[in-house]
Amino acid sequence: MSAIATSATASAKAGDDRSRGGSLSWMALPALALFAGFGVIPLAGVLVLSFTSWDGLGAISFAGFDSWRAVLSDPGLPHALWITFLVIVASWAVQTPASILLGVFLAGQQRYRAVLSVLYFIPLLLSSAAIAITFKALLDPNFGLGAGLRLPLLTQDWLGEPWLAFGVVIFVVSWQFIPFHSLIYQGGVRQIPRTMYEAAELDGAGRVRMFFSITLPQLKYTVITSSTLMVVGSLTFFDLIWVLTAGGPGDATRVLALDMYKRGFQANLMGPASVIAVILVLVGLALALFLRRLGGRDNAHSQLEGM
Amino acid sequence: MGLPLGATLAACGSPGPTQAGAGGGSGSGEAPAGSATYWYLSTEPQEGVRRRTMERFNKANPNGQIVGTTFQNDAFKTKIKTAIGAGQAPTLIWGWGGGTLRSYVQAGQVDDLTSWFDENPAVKERLFPSSFGAATVDGKIYAMPCETLQPIVLYYDKRAFDKIGAKPPESWGDIMALVPKFNNAGIAPFSLGGQSRWTNMMWLEFLFDRIGGPEVFQAVFDGEKDAWSNPAAIDALTKTQELVKANGFIKGFSSITADSNADQALLYTGRAAMMLHGGWTYGGMKEDGGDFVSGGNLGYMNFPPVEGGKGDPGNTVGNPGQYMSISSKATPEQKEIAKKFFATELISDASVKEWVGTGAVPIVNGANAHFTGSGDADFLNFVYDIAANAKTFGQSWDQALSPTAAEVLLDNIAKLFQLSISPQQFTENMNAVIGK
Repeated sequence: MSAIATSATASAKAGDDRSRGGSLSWMALPALALFAGFGVIPLAGVLVLSFTSWDGLGAISFAGFDSWRAVLSDPGLPHALWITFLVIVASWAVQTPASILLGVFLAGQQRYRAVLSVLYFIPLLLSSAAIAITFKALLDPNFGLGAGLRLPLLTQDWLGEPWLAFGVVIFVVSWQFIPFHSLIYQGGVRQIPRTMYEAAELDGAGRVRMFFSITLPQLKYTVITSSTLMVVGSLTFFDLIWVLTAGGPGDATRVLALDMYKRGFQANLMGPASVIAVILVLVGLALALFLRRLGGRDNAHSQLEGM
Repeated sequence: MGLPLGATLAACGSPGPTQAGAGGGSGSGEAPAGSATYWYLSTEPQEGVRRRTMERFNKANPNGQIVGTTFQNDAFKTKIKTAIGAGQAPTLIWGWGGGTLRSYVQAGQVDDLTSWFDENPAVKERLFPSSFGAATVDGKIYAMPCETLQPIVLYYDKRAFDKIGAKPPESWGDIMALVPKFNNAGIAPFSLGGQSRWTNMMWLEFLFDRIGGPEVFQAVFDGEKDAWSNPAAIDALTKTQELVKANGFIKGFSSITADSNADQALLYTGRAAMMLHGGWTYGGMKEDGGDFVSGGNLGYMNFPPVEGGKGDPGNTVGNPGQYMSISSKATPEQKEIAKKFFATELISDASVKEWVGTGAVPIVNGANAHFTGSGDADFLNFVYDIAANAKTFGQSWDQALSPTAAEVLLDNIAKLFQLSISPQQFTENMNAVIGK
């Protein structure tokens, strides 16, 4: 905290010097200080820890590349990476089309759509842990929804079969986050100039044609924003999967973040856990950069009216 | 890590005698100078016993107080580890002994109590000898055994056995013969909360012991090379998979957790005929199962022998006790208070009586004198006799092993029950972490 206070006064002084007409970059200082204090320094700590051996209790001893060697040669790592990749791809593939369609639908001005949008929003208000506990209870093969309603189709070993459990994770993740992304798309759609649709209508375009020729291309940057959030978010899913399946059955849903937690806090191997944390950061950065590239260099470019 | 979690969660179901407004209990603030600090679990009815034990001590010792703070089970596990690692541990470090205690000892965070026990033979003699195993690291005692013992018990539903006209199993062969009979009658032979993993582990603990005796796991514990490759171990792992393949466990057991007590519910609702589980589930089933326990439908027995096995059928596994260590970072005054607490109120008759009241057996010799008059006297005597007669009271594997090895163990046990690895693969994977 003291670091923030000092940098705040420092930035105030810097501001006095060129209070009129000067550069405003000093305004970034508080944010930078926060970022350094809570982002960069812990990250550096994790990087250092990844070269040590520490059980969380005793002294920290330098171990060179031991942890890196242990993690990189462990078959659990490619498996966790693969599962993480599958979660990212599957949750993106499920959420994006559903969110775009819902977002476009909710962008309409009709009153019933406003009511529905409030309803759709509800999952976003619940905490991940609560959602996971609820779904776990609903999916219980003996006392859950399927058994209660006597529906054999719903009475599956949902969390006990590897692929079913994976499907359940994707379903619950989507259930939780589609409302959020729909909201982003709703905003995106409402920004599209009406004149475009009016012109298209004059040219005789139908609804489907308008969706694919106007709405979707105009939503390009919204898609990129939403996808970035989705992909980077999927990378760090922890609470929901932890409560729902705890990575199981076996290691069928053990994503990188879970692998990291289990190694660090259950197996007391802080060194290898830090290695995975570093890998997570690198993968996250690479994905974010890749998605930015996808959006092209003309990020400032816009087709909005008057800009 | 698993068993105590189940223990405390199971106890959630039974609201204990909470004393509203009992002061001095769970304060979270800074302890006044010169008083000892004590962190303990907040689940009832155990919390009440712990708090009142502490309060009685504080009343008798106005100059050397203990200040308690309560935590939930999972929060406690993380918090105590962090606190110890940061040198901020409470004076009294409560735990389950075994591998976790060993990791504290190796980090030099807890005091050696061997000489104190030598100076206070009365304390040592008052406690079950079997409770000291998990408190001992490399021949030295680092923790005071306390509270209750919880062996794993084979529970069964007498109604289910009446329905198919069978008797409780007296051998592994009986178990395998009962499986198709129960399945044909539409009752699952065994309930199992397989998602919790340590629930599956209890099966292996008993099969290893019954087939090869306690030496098999002892060799693993002692870090002998390739100890898991013992033929008795392979046999036990194979038998486990045979039971899984014969549909011995309820369908969908991998989706069931012990935390929600769904496995107990399967037994008392009549959907499963038998269940291998900790002694603590007795209280939960009594509380939640309607007249299942009070109506005399619940049967219990020690795990039966396996034909041709070397193990003594009187042996048991489970939690031989709970453990309290003294932080090496505590001040001399705090350590004195802690030792006085160990020697007096922690194992006093009053607290023994209170533990009996929770439906559990305290680890104190002669505790059975307090059972008479209790509605659970039959069960308490059964547990007491198991503990008193067992030549070996094996500690739960995930507690006995280091946290690192325990995590690999639970992982591989889950896969074994999923039939996704063979017994041979299991032993290979486990041999790789021996001694870690």
